[in-house]
Amino acid sequence: MTDPTDASGADGADGAFGAGGPARPGADDATGAPGAGGAARPGADGATGASGAPRLSARAAHLAYDRRTVSAGVDVDVRDGSFTVIVGPNACGKSTLLRAFARLLKPRSGAVLLDGQDLAGLAPKQAARRIGLLPQTSTAPDGITVAELVARGRYPHQGLFRQWTDADRAAVDDALAQTDLVDLADRDVDELSGGQRQRVWVATALAQQTEVLLLDEPTTYLDVAHQYDLLDLFARLHAGGTTVVAVLHDLAQAARYATDLVVMRDGDVVATGAPADVLTEELVERVFDLPCVVVPDPVTGTPLVVPRRR
Amino acid sequence: MSGAPGSATTTAAPARDAGATRARPGGRGGRHPRLRRRTALAVLCAVALVVAVVALGLGDYPLSPLEVLRALAGGDGFASTIVLQWRLPRVLAALVLGAALGVSGALFQSLTRNPLGSPDVIGFATGSYTGAIVVIVAGGTSWAATAGGALVGGIATALVVYLLAHRRGVAGLRLIVVGIAVTALLHSVNSWLLLRARTEVALTANFWGSGSLALVGWQQLVPALVALAVLAPLVAAVAPPLRQLELGDDAARAHGTRVEGARLAVVVVGVALTAVVTAVSGPIAFVALAAPQLARRVTRSAGVPLVASAVTAGVLLLVADVVAQRIGTSPVPVGLVTLVLGGGYLLTLLARETRRSR
Repeated sequence: MTDPTDASGADGADGAFGAGGPARPGADDATGAPGAGGAARPGADGATGASGAPRLSARAAHLAYDRRTVSAGVDVDVRDGSFTVIVGPNACGKSTLLRAFARLLKPRSGAVLLDGQDLAGLAPKQAARRIGLLPQTSTAPDGITVAELVARGRYPHQGLFRQWTDADRAAVDDALAQTDLVDLADRDVDELSGGQRQRVWVATALAQQTEVLLLDEPTTYLDVAHQYDLLDLFARLHAGGTTVVAVLHDLAQAARYATDLVVMRDGDVVATGAPADVLTEELVERVFDLPCVVVPDPVTGTPLVVPRRR
Repeated sequence: MSGAPGSATTTAAPARDAGATRARPGGRGGRHPRLRRRTALAVLCAVALVVAVVALGLGDYPLSPLEVLRALAGGDGFASTIVLQWRLPRVLAALVLGAALGVSGALFQSLTRNPLGSPDVIGFATGSYTGAIVVIVAGGTSWAATAGGALVGGIATALVVYLLAHRRGVAGLRLIVVGIAVTALLHSVNSWLLLRARTEVALTANFWGSGSLALVGWQQLVPALVALAVLAPLVAAVAPPLRQLELGDDAARAHGTRVEGARLAVVVVGVALTAVVTAVSGPIAFVALAAPQLARRVTRSAGVPLVASAVTAGVLLLVADVVAQRIGTSPVPVGLVTLVLGGGYLLTLLARETRRSR
């Protein structure tokens, strides 16, 4: 949050959406209960546009790698227009759930639904025009420029033999603009910093022009300022109408940016709901084995988990 | 990014200045990468044409480049006969077969994300040789029989390597390691077959096995050209998914690529290209290994370029063949020349790779 441009951008989005939309029932009250509340919450206000129907859902989905079962039968809904953050201890199955949403992992049984339709029944390119993913690991070919890498996100919109259309060019330009990469478009990706490179991968996913954006630990390996730059970017995308689903490690960040939290442990969903309702001392201790106090974030009023001395 | 923690708006301007004045060796990132690549490719094509014209003029009856062009246009009788009937098939074979090897190498290097991942290292060429030896030993004397044996041997080897390397999908390094192991195995099979064979049969097989364009005429070249013409659109079809595979399996899948299907298609097309070449000329080492990396550096492309690799490999093989015809008192097979040149290249490549991975 050190950068004035980004902060103002997020504020602008908040203003636009916060003013017009109705208040989120319960959320502010619950935040208010432990203390302050009422302060600006980046991203959270976008949820006011969310309707009730789930965009993505898992129905008794059995998720497993080879012989190792991660989730025996997970049920969860991602509301349309929400900024859903999946949290939980290591190896709780949160990335696995995200991979199932992204079609990288096919459920053994049960199903993953997009707008009520089985994802497995969609052609890969068809699905890729509706769901975008920022993968945890990806490789940029040697010598590729920013614009070229972003253009590869247009693949699901192209035919058997590559055809480059005006729509492709517009999508790439738009993705570069949204991620603040226009000036770096002709630079080599290998020459960029970690934060810039991660923005290039975000832009590549944006070029897909999907209604749903999945983020697998998007802030890992970035310094704290770049983490918030990126989260503000996601908040802006969310405010613009994209349904965002992210796996995050940092509970404070999750509480700040999420409209909906999904808390997982041992492959099961333990709790879902608004961060202020879900993130209690009792739940954090039960799920993360971490004795703590939950206080309101002095800046945003969202729940902030502070570990106790052990 | 250590200095400014802000977003790109604050860092972009100085970074671009640094880009403009940068003098890092091998540094890239000019303002118009696409234009620069097109220029490099055009220069490569021009070099190929010049080398081809010069090569057509070389021989016991030397012709100047101008005379070669006139002969190609169907000018005076004798020079035309020499150029069109005697020399053109061989020069064309070097260019086209080289190009096929270059594309095959580029496909495999891109697929395995490793500069070592080329069909000759992975063992398809050795497998083709095995197939040819089996045919020759079994009494097959015609060129078509040998070519057929090479084709079957190469494809069978590819199948074995692919299946052995397959464990929840085929990963790059595993394909290379399995390929090297299978190559070693096949080398001993080849030696065993040759030791058991009668001397003159072994000599025939041995000559074929060193890879030569000396016996390539129109009769051998035309079927190969037809086969390659069929493969060309397939290469164009596998190129876009291949570019997706370069991004990593997760990103490729997220973009809607059928990862396993695309990978198998790339392997099949790459093997077919190598097999066609080997069937015509015998195994020609290292062109597929060296050309794509050379092309990548010359054009500074994103990833391993297909078209530039084809042109580069064509030039490489043609130059190697010209050298092979003139190197000693009697001509040597071009496969030996590429073996010597490529062996040196492989050593530097291995040295650099091991230094990097340490």
